[in-house]
Amino acid sequence: MKKVLVLAVFALASAVTYAGGYRVSLQGNKALAMGHTGVAVINSSELVFFNPAGLVYLEDKFNITAGVHGVFSSIAYQDTSSGANARTDSPVGTPLYLYASYKATDWLAFGLGVYTPYGSEVKYEDDWAGSHLVNNIDLKAIYIQPTVSFKINDKLSFGGGPIYVTGSVNFNRNLNRTLTDLDGNRSNVTIEAKGVSSWGWVASTMFNPTEKLHIGATYRSEIMLDADDGTATFENIPNSPLTPFKDTAIKASMPLPAEMTVGMSYDFYENWTFAFDYNRTFWDVYKSLDIDFADVNIPDSKNARNYKNASIYRFGMQYDATKMFTLRAGYYFDESPVQDGYFAPETPRNDSNNFTAGLTVNLGEHLQIDASFLYSHFKEIDASYDYYYENGVSVPFSGTYKTNAFTPGLGLTYKL
Amino acid sequence: MKNILKYTFALLAIGFVSCEPEFDKPVTDEGFYSSGTANLSKYVAVGNSLTAGYADGALYITGQENSYPNIMAEQFAFAGGGAFTQPLMSDNIGGLLLNGTPITENRFVLAVGADGKPGPVRLVGTSTTDITNHLSGSFNNMGVPGAKSFHLGAPGYGNVAGVLSGASNPYFVRFASSESATVIGDAVAQNPTFFSLWIGNNDILSYATSGGAGVDQTGNFDPTTYGGNDITDPNVFASVYSQQVEALTSGGAKGVLINIPEVTSIPYFTTVPTNAIPLDAATAGALNAQFAGYNTQILPGLAGMGIITPEEAALRMINFSAGQNFPIMTDDDLTDLTAILQGPPFNLPAPLAMLLGQLRQVKSDDLIVLTASSILGTTPDPNNPQGVIGVSIPLTDQYVLAVSEQARVTAASTAYNTTIQALAGAKGLAYVDAKAALARVANGGIPYDGGVLTSQFVTGGAFSLDGVHPTPRGYAYTANLIIKAINDTYDATIPMVHIGNYATVTLSNN
Repeated sequence: MKKVLVLAVFALASAVTYAGGYRVSLQGNKALAMGHTGVAVINSSELVFFNPAGLVYLEDKFNITAGVHGVFSSIAYQDTSSGANARTDSPVGTPLYLYASYKATDWLAFGLGVYTPYGSEVKYEDDWAGSHLVNNIDLKAIYIQPTVSFKINDKLSFGGGPIYVTGSVNFNRNLNRTLTDLDGNRSNVTIEAKGVSSWGWVASTMFNPTEKLHIGATYRSEIMLDADDGTATFENIPNSPLTPFKDTAIKASMPLPAEMTVGMSYDFYENWTFAFDYNRTFWDVYKSLDIDFADVNIPDSKNARNYKNASIYRFGMQYDATKMFTLRAGYYFDESPVQDGYFAPETPRNDSNNFTAGLTVNLGEHLQIDASFLYSHFKEIDASYDYYYENGVSVPFSGTYKTNAFTPGLGLTYKL
Repeated sequence: MKNILKYTFALLAIGFVSCEPEFDKPVTDEGFYSSGTANLSKYVAVGNSLTAGYADGALYITGQENSYPNIMAEQFAFAGGGAFTQPLMSDNIGGLLLNGTPITENRFVLAVGADGKPGPVRLVGTSTTDITNHLSGSFNNMGVPGAKSFHLGAPGYGNVAGVLSGASNPYFVRFASSESATVIGDAVAQNPTFFSLWIGNNDILSYATSGGAGVDQTGNFDPTTYGGNDITDPNVFASVYSQQVEALTSGGAKGVLINIPEVTSIPYFTTVPTNAIPLDAATAGALNAQFAGYNTQILPGLAGMGIITPEEAALRMINFSAGQNFPIMTDDDLTDLTAILQGPPFNLPAPLAMLLGQLRQVKSDDLIVLTASSILGTTPDPNNPQGVIGVSIPLTDQYVLAVSEQARVTAASTAYNTTIQALAGAKGLAYVDAKAALARVANGGIPYDGGVLTSQFVTGGAFSLDGVHPTPRGYAYTANLIIKAINDTYDATIPMVHIGNYATVTLSNN
């Protein structure tokens, strides 16, 4: 019987989850204001991210831009069959970016970018209905990317460079739906890994068939974050040989998927620009999240994710209204990589419609203030995560989700 | 620049408000769930240990938090339900003190023994719940562990002076409004708009758990003369029960009545097999040789003399065989032959006559109680390895609920249930057939989203480590049954709970 019980307890304890759909498309206030288009828009050093090949076409010799977005997002959950309901109290996310470009010669430019394309911070009330899947998560990944860009001629250029990533994750969930200590405090585990680093690369090209039409393509490689010295900290574990959960080291791998972007921009009338980007994120690398506990008494945790590759369709407009003001607006449709039955509450991301707007204020020749605003609209969705198991039986966690996010941003650009 | 900042912050503020996601139909909105024709604003639960949230042989905080009335009240809150208070214990150890002296035992926990096997043990620790620390105020949960039907209306049932003599109840002492208060009076005084009443279990259960050691008082209409393990007369039950329903509905309250389950549905009576004694062929043969004279001469002789019936003679035959055997037991429903066997023509020595006086083997339809598991097959006298309980020393009657005793329990509980159902019908109250529901748990179990809920001891999930009271998951199942009955009767739509979210037995090694 002991063995049966141990198995039961372990089975309950083996569904550690990480963020899903954890791409954060906030890599520049100018681009975001135009629906986060930019693979073929030549207007700032945000190109370090969007298309390094375009840097060589910037007019200014030196261009530096930095900014921040404030992500105000909230997730509501309810289960009409039981009345269970929850609402996240996630802290305001503040993804930052910094891009600098330097045009060394007419045909050669260098760039440096620091940005945060992946991350997730979600905080539910502890012990909520889905606490066996997640209580809270904070995933961060900072990309540092030097680039070089050179043009073949005025119609064609190439760019690219290495990417250094440093990431961290802090994740807490309850071990299962019911295990507590003697006083009823839910047993939980915190997985933490810091300073996990890895390398990747970016390559891009820009093609200008006419002066007004630009076409761009950028490929950013997949980067696997291998956490080799993470920790698992267990709390409120009953004093019993049947629950041998002692703090231990862990190993886990987390993919930051590759992303391909192709797009175009077209200048029309005097002061207008239209841009279209198509993103394909190769999420199918994220099949399963496996956590290897160093302690042999704790079975490794395997968690099906089975993401699918997903597309984003982006549209943006720019209007140089006056010498002082440039106005922008955009829209994008963001397809979720999460498949039916894999909808986990740590990032319950379904398809979203996103509306953006923003402006640049030119304060003299050299200084610009960039502001943007993003409203993300998610439809209310009935969904479930079916790959949590108790005693070998799938216990779906289902309910209705409604996510909202709005993201104001502010940046500064300085150019010489 | 200033203006930009101003507008930015204004936008921030707007977004801060508007980004709160709202469902088209939030469950938290008034009217999403309905209480139908019932008014759940003031719910009072009346009953015994089951209502109190008693589990693992004790009352403790987390058990109370998972009492079926508390689970129901949490769901009622979606349909206009109000606050629900309980007379919480001081700790999760369980056990009561009277002026610092323990008067009840601590709770059971599931501990892994030195042999590596998990089993229930009493949690070590000192209880901090002294019944002389009187709780002020009234409590929605009026469940009093140990209460029988006629106790609810008994003045002085919460008087601390009567605790040691057994005249009063230590649990009610903690929160009775006065020394002379009655449970039902304190419940009615709260002016409930809705009530649940689940009482009568102990009117048969203490008889059953004591292996029928008490008396079937059917025909005795004076409950003040009853002993603690007696069966309450069904007319007494009907009388006090209808008074209680009358009192609880006097203010116009609606409510739900819950009937009495069969004792055969609970692991206290179903865990220890009746043929628990393993014997090899040689031992069985030796034992049979010892009983040969008894089986072939004494019993037919007694039947021939008309002292016992041929049926009783057959019932008293002792036979062992290789394999699993029924233990021997003393059955006080048998004719006592102790004196007769010492006289002619048998002339047996007194010790042997006393052994055979009311001896028989346990039958397959008897029920051996859970507490027998720790003594069956043991040798109480280490100097006498031949003295094995169940083989050469009979199980005493308190460990076996014999068929005849079961029949008394069934007769009484059937009568109680007839009263309960009739009153529910007459008063238009919701009625829960807990007897049928618990029988389903015991026979096949109840599938839920993480497995099947059964009454298997320790592993089945429905029953706590005392083998009698439910686990939180068992109580959640009970709460769902009651909510369903309320929904059906009062045209309500109170949501049920997912029982898989509720715990079962608690693991802890001392």
